Amino acid sequence: MIRVQQDPFDIGAEISALTAGRTDLGAMVSFTGLVRDFTGDDTVSKLTLEHYPGMTEKELARIEAEATTRFDLNASLIIHRVGTLAPGDEIVLVVACSAHRDAAFDGARFMMDFLKTQAPFWKKEAGAGDEEGGGKWVDARDSDDDAAKGWS
Amino acid sequence: MTMTILYFARLKDEIGCSEEKLEMPEDITSLKDLVVWLRTQSDGHAQALAPGSMLKMAVNQEHAQWETPVGPQDEIAFFPPVTGG
Repeated sequence: MIRVQQDPFDIGAEISALTAGRTDLGAMVSFTGLVRDFTGDDTVSKLTLEHYPGMTEKELARIEAEATTRFDLNASLIIHRVGTLAPGDEIVLVVACSAHRDAAFDGARFMMDFLKTQAPFWKKEAGAGDEEGGGKWVDARDSDDDAAKGWS
Repeated sequence: MTMTILYFARLKDEIGCSEEKLEMPEDITSLKDLVVWLRTQSDGHAQALAPGSMLKMAVNQEHAQWETPVGPQDEIAFFPPVTGG
């Protein structure tokens, strides 16, 4: 299941809903991304996430389906927030469940690595001195591309 | 031929809009043709789509390449490398 939303998510409630009634899941790995209050030497007080409605959902569903096939996941979840977030806020949740732990660890990491390089989200960071709507678009990192390429 | 083009993030700021419908020459058949033509439309387009800029593209909400064919019914999008997660 995938979801794109402005509202915060409750990690415990999401995992409970995903695994409720399931007795075939031997392993569940979850990853949560948080908003940092720094980037390099700069202080970040606000993060705005833009996305491409329609394509975002398609890409997340494709990434989840690929992870499910590749690692034999038997339950999974991707939630990504958009809009304006503050340092400390939870921004992304990825959950991978499988019969055994290796597949769950790998599945969660695979989904994050491809989300970072394929899903059309863009971050804009603003500091305390920036005007409303101001800030700086975050540059993509080569290390993220390398992480995704490592799976091929 | 009229085409709908979407811009996101830094490209949207540089071009000054998130969506435009443009009447364009019939001999545009690929994303490469389209980018070359778009660069001539304004200083903002030229800057946002400059050669050597890290440009990503999608046709009908799927990642695309320079050679990907485009036609009048397609939804085209240009954006910088993604930075979610």
